[in-house]
Amino acid sequence: MIINERNIKVWSTIGSRATFGIATLELAKEIENLMVLTCDVSTSAGLDRYRKNYPDKYVDLGIAEQNMIGVAAGLSSEGYNVITTTFAPFQTIRCCEQIKVNIGYMRQKICMVGIASGLALGTLGFTHCCIEDVGILRTIPGIKIISPADSLETVKALEAAVKSEDSTYIRLTGSSNNPIVYKEDYKFEIGKSIQLKDGNDITIFSAGAMVFNSLEAAEKLEKNNISCRVVNMHTIKPVDFEAIEKACSSSKLIVSVEEHNVIGGLGSAIAEHKSKLVKSPKQLMIGVNDTYSKGGSYKFLQEKHGLTADKIVDNILNNFN
Amino acid sequence: MEECKLQSKAEDIKKIINFSTEVRKNILEMAFEAGASSSHFGGALSIVEIISFLFSYKMKINKNNPQWEERDRFILSKGHACLAYYGALCEVGYIKKSKLKTFEKDNSDLLGHPVINRKLGIDFSNGSLGMGLSIGIGVAISLKKKKKLNDVFVVLGDGECNEGSVWEAAMAAPNLNLPNLYAIIDKNNFQQTGSNKEIMDTENLIKKWSSFGWDTIDVDGHNVEKIYDIFEKKKSSTKPKAIIANTIKGKGFSFSENNNDWHHAVLSKTLYEQAKKELI
Repeated sequence: MIINERNIKVWSTIGSRATFGIATLELAKEIENLMVLTCDVSTSAGLDRYRKNYPDKYVDLGIAEQNMIGVAAGLSSEGYNVITTTFAPFQTIRCCEQIKVNIGYMRQKICMVGIASGLALGTLGFTHCCIEDVGILRTIPGIKIISPADSLETVKALEAAVKSEDSTYIRLTGSSNNPIVYKEDYKFEIGKSIQLKDGNDITIFSAGAMVFNSLEAAEKLEKNNISCRVVNMHTIKPVDFEAIEKACSSSKLIVSVEEHNVIGGLGSAIAEHKSKLVKSPKQLMIGVNDTYSKGGSYKFLQEKHGLTADKIVDNILNNFN
Repeated sequence: MEECKLQSKAEDIKKIINFSTEVRKNILEMAFEAGASSSHFGGALSIVEIISFLFSYKMKINKNNPQWEERDRFILSKGHACLAYYGALCEVGYIKKSKLKTFEKDNSDLLGHPVINRKLGIDFSNGSLGMGLSIGIGVAISLKKKKKLNDVFVVLGDGECNEGSVWEAAMAAPNLNLPNLYAIIDKNNFQQTGSNKEIMDTENLIKKWSSFGWDTIDVDGHNVEKIYDIFEKKKSSTKPKAIIANTIKGKGFSFSENNNDWHHAVLSKTLYEQAKKELI
């Protein structure tokens, strides 16, 4: 992939899903045994050009996600490098047991891409929002989970996952006009978080589209003389233990921000490791508080669930003495 | 020439029948060895002739190399019938007789549902029903893309056909043009807690599979010669093939035939001895 200022802007404008489609198109040139499987969502996943250009490397299984995972496992067992994709709830929860048996238990290598996860499809209701995927998949051994912060990171994560030996779930959040976190190329490594801003008082861990909001919140908190470190925890499984330990030894408050239920996601992953440490500060978990709310626009739902920069700031101020 | 062919067929059939007898013996040994932990006895016995036909005659395999690239592929979607699978893999030579005694023991490679172990000839893990045919589709697509002439055989249960995912796969395979894919449905008319009719009637499986676009035929699943004949005929078809094998759950032993108590049961010493006599 050519990573330059122009492409980063284009990818941001079209959002992570369409960027995924472009990235897949590029990967197909390089990876001979690539196979992309979808469930009647090629357009939504930005795969129209891919479908036309690589009909031999593409299978549409119709609206049947359980079958898609099994077919993916069969292809993988014969040596194909398989990407599956559909909307996040259908890519994960709908076919959860197939994922457990084929990818987890049987260890067939597959890269799953859940498009429009989180709250981006809020106007369609919570059948299409996805605040459970990380929690559910995290309990299945053998699957890495990545939530890219912006469109460039989507490109980087996809390439890393496809070229890795391990199965991965890539959780795409955000919509079109995805805010840019990374203005230029950088080193991406699965499992290695990235510190985006340093600070002495608080460490904010976030993932997906919440990374940008967390950075904004951190800037605002500077005005209140609160200094925040912001860490892009793009890989939620395996979560970066070192980064958590560093935060716990140097910060007075740990904050996790995620576009996911506060149960089972990034916050939980951090808390699980934090609980093993002898000394660690309080953790504030910001996310959807275990509820299905009324639907609405992405912006509306971010407000409602306290995920905008201003709401994150308020929440932190209420919890930081 | 014709006579020669007939003679060779008779020899093939004899070989398959002998293999079936050995598989049944292996099933008995494992079921007895399992002791109080019991085993899925009935549903294994109903597929003995099918699995024996596949492993002793039909499938292209290399007895010295279970991972041979050019092998036909087998998937036991009704994974609980693994006694028959392990029994057949033992007869092929992939699993040692002594290893059969580890069935369902602590840390065993041979659990009550198959766990992927390519060195033993177990190509996939199964046990959760309704998943094997989808894997079979993926494998069949792969072989076709690689222009390999191998076939993929998936054995399902009739009770398993309650699972919606079976029908997702059944709908997909004809759309994907996979003449190299065989779904063999073990129609023993029972499932865990009763007959199909009592629990979930899967009547008319021929019509169901045909209407989904499969080249479908039924056969007496214990008559080796008839199984042999229909597979000979099936060679020319361009669609995926569904074979509804009419079978008897618990086939082979007087106490277990059509007796659903033997879906999952303990084989006592007395019945084990009786069964051995019935086999001779």
